[in-house]
Amino acid sequence: MNATPNKLLQIEKLELHFKTRAGAVQAVDGVDFELDSNRAVVILGESGCGKSSLAKAMLRLLPRNVDKYEGKVFLQGAEVMAFDEEEFRKNVRWLGISLVPQAAMNALNPVIRVGEQVAEPAVIHLGLSKAESMSLVHKMFQHVGVPLDFVDRYPFELSGGMRQRVALAMALVTSPNLIVLDEPTSALDLLTQANIMNVLKRIKHELGTSFILITHDIATSSELADEVAIMYAGQIVETGHARDFFPAPLHPYSQMLMASVPRLRSDSDPMFITGQPPSLINPPKGCRFAARCPFRFEKCDEEPPMFGKNGRKVKCWLHA
Amino acid sequence: MSALKNSVQKLFYYPSAVFGLFVVFLLVLLAIYAMLKIPYSEAIRLWRGGEDVWYQNPKFAAPAWINYFSSEKYAESFAVKTDDGSLSSEFTPGAEGTGTLVANHIFDFNYDTYPQDMILYFTSEFAEKQPFVSLEWLTPDGRIVRIANMAISRQFTYRFAQDEKLKARLKTDDIIASLFSDPETGSPIKGQYQLLLTGTTFEPGSLINAEFVFHGQVYGLAGTDHARRDLIVPLLWGAPIALAFGLIASLGSSVLTMIIAAVGTWYSGWVDELIQRITEINLVLPFLSILIMIGTFYSRSLWVILGATIALSIFTGAIKGFRSIFLQVKESMYIEAARAYGASGPRIVFLYLIPRMIPLLIPGLVSSVPAFVFLEASLALLGLGDPVLPTWGKIIQDANSNGALYRGYYYWILEPTVLLMFTGLGFAMLGFALDRIFNPKLRDA
Repeated sequence: MNATPNKLLQIEKLELHFKTRAGAVQAVDGVDFELDSNRAVVILGESGCGKSSLAKAMLRLLPRNVDKYEGKVFLQGAEVMAFDEEEFRKNVRWLGISLVPQAAMNALNPVIRVGEQVAEPAVIHLGLSKAESMSLVHKMFQHVGVPLDFVDRYPFELSGGMRQRVALAMALVTSPNLIVLDEPTSALDLLTQANIMNVLKRIKHELGTSFILITHDIATSSELADEVAIMYAGQIVETGHARDFFPAPLHPYSQMLMASVPRLRSDSDPMFITGQPPSLINPPKGCRFAARCPFRFEKCDEEPPMFGKNGRKVKCWLHA
Repeated sequence: MSALKNSVQKLFYYPSAVFGLFVVFLLVLLAIYAMLKIPYSEAIRLWRGGEDVWYQNPKFAAPAWINYFSSEKYAESFAVKTDDGSLSSEFTPGAEGTGTLVANHIFDFNYDTYPQDMILYFTSEFAEKQPFVSLEWLTPDGRIVRIANMAISRQFTYRFAQDEKLKARLKTDDIIASLFSDPETGSPIKGQYQLLLTGTTFEPGSLINAEFVFHGQVYGLAGTDHARRDLIVPLLWGAPIALAFGLIASLGSSVLTMIIAAVGTWYSGWVDELIQRITEINLVLPFLSILIMIGTFYSRSLWVILGATIALSIFTGAIKGFRSIFLQVKESMYIEAARAYGASGPRIVFLYLIPRMIPLLIPGLVSSVPAFVFLEASLALLGLGDPVLPTWGKIIQDANSNGALYRGYYYWILEPTVLLMFTGLGFAMLGFALDRIFNPKLRDA
């Protein structure tokens, strides 16, 4: 597959393996993925399935123990995997893709005022002066709903929700086309979560930004998602439009994941999936979910390809 | 800023910090006073001056204030001269161009010890005929002792203690003692003494100027050393030099150490390896021996020694300590976030890593100041002090090489030592308090 210029982001066979004493951990193992402008995709999956590693692989934020980092990433048609470290830093980070990191409330430098912190990416990438960047910061604060007099505060003087908004303002300040949100609401109370989701929706509507929302919070993410990708054991097992996916997930794992969401005023107990996700050091040969799958049959010993059906894709022999 | 203000306010909760600040403040005042009172060039001239500068002072004189603490009172030094009228004189012209100068100095002598020496320095102007001077000594018990009659050349020095004729006339070896004591009992007589000087000139325009120098046993605020130098000069000037040396060495070495540790930690790989290996090599190099070699073979200038001290103090154990903390900070979320939004390496090192460390740097920086001040003194004591600058260490070295302690010149050692001790105490107490404020492990609940 070659680069399609009208796609915002195309990822092909992205692999990120970590070296450990027990062997290579295949945290991201052959992920294919596409995203158009002004779309929000939510990547769902349980803990340890490689969601955050996927985000890091996209932004090339690699730890020191990388064993294998391969694949192709096209950002607006440009092959960014070919960039060297300095090119990548200058062109991709924050100009192409912004990241609101996991536990974003801790992502603020404790010794810099939040105003200056939000301005940092603009100062670094756009070369703005302090005064110019401050007016930009004010604009961003309005977007995300942070009172303007907070610019002179230090991060510890802000509540968790406010810090989250500040981290979001920081992601927006260079007006990137794509923002990766790594569990943006995981540590927040329900009201603040709803609030942040509304902010994201409004930004998407007003600025036309695309989002990749990485989360395990299915209910909250369904608010924003245009598309859904389900990740299991380092691989994407199902993608599709949110309106198709949420009523009828195809992959057995997706179905069981959805069934595990507690329903309001229902007597049925939430489902859970027995067993453990497979070890990513030595994943099973065939379908990675086979060991826990109630629909398992002989075919499952072979690795299934992605089967396409009405704009949906699913990695399961049941839908061959 | 408000955090800094907060920290400064917290300082005042600690009595030790208040005391330390007070001492440091006094030292700074002392340093400023020294630099205003005695300009640098003047201080160097005085410190390097010999007999021609310091002839008015006695040798090895203790400070005058020891009289307040001693039952035996020591004679204080003074010097008077006709030039400025402190030695009162009257010139009466006589017949045929002759003239008579009468100068007398009346002074109280209420001491239990004799002075070291008494000296008269004359200068005169004449064409052919030398002026003539006679000296008389009036004691409180009414005796009049004829001292000497002499013709004086253009520059003439008369030393009471070395006049052989006078020794014979007074039948004594110790003229000074005999002039101030009762001939019967041999004990000093207290009261008003008078030196009467009568000069005669034999030509019109011929002049006599006299200066009477009384070398007592005690002198001034700080006393004098073996070269008659007033110790107040090196004691005062030692303060700015010690503070400059201590602060520059401490600031320079700790800031550079921190920056190098941060750079090594951030870039890791071979940069870090190199820094760690240099540190390990430097840790086993003998610090003092290298300084002694530099002092012996290259230069003993304080600034060269300062540079060498800083250079050798960078790659020390502190670099390992900083590194261990930086390794932790490096993994924090906000550093990863900064990487994500494209902050460059130098930006992360200087804007993200180092500011986190400054609170930990300050107490160590303050507490290491005295170590460097003492180092300078130790080097001076080893004979590697700056040959030009007056420092506390140089005073101790002079005192040591002149056997001050076993000859009983305690003031000579104690004065610089007390100042060194106060410097150490002040900075240490301030440092301990700062450590309590900035180091979260020691913070009071």
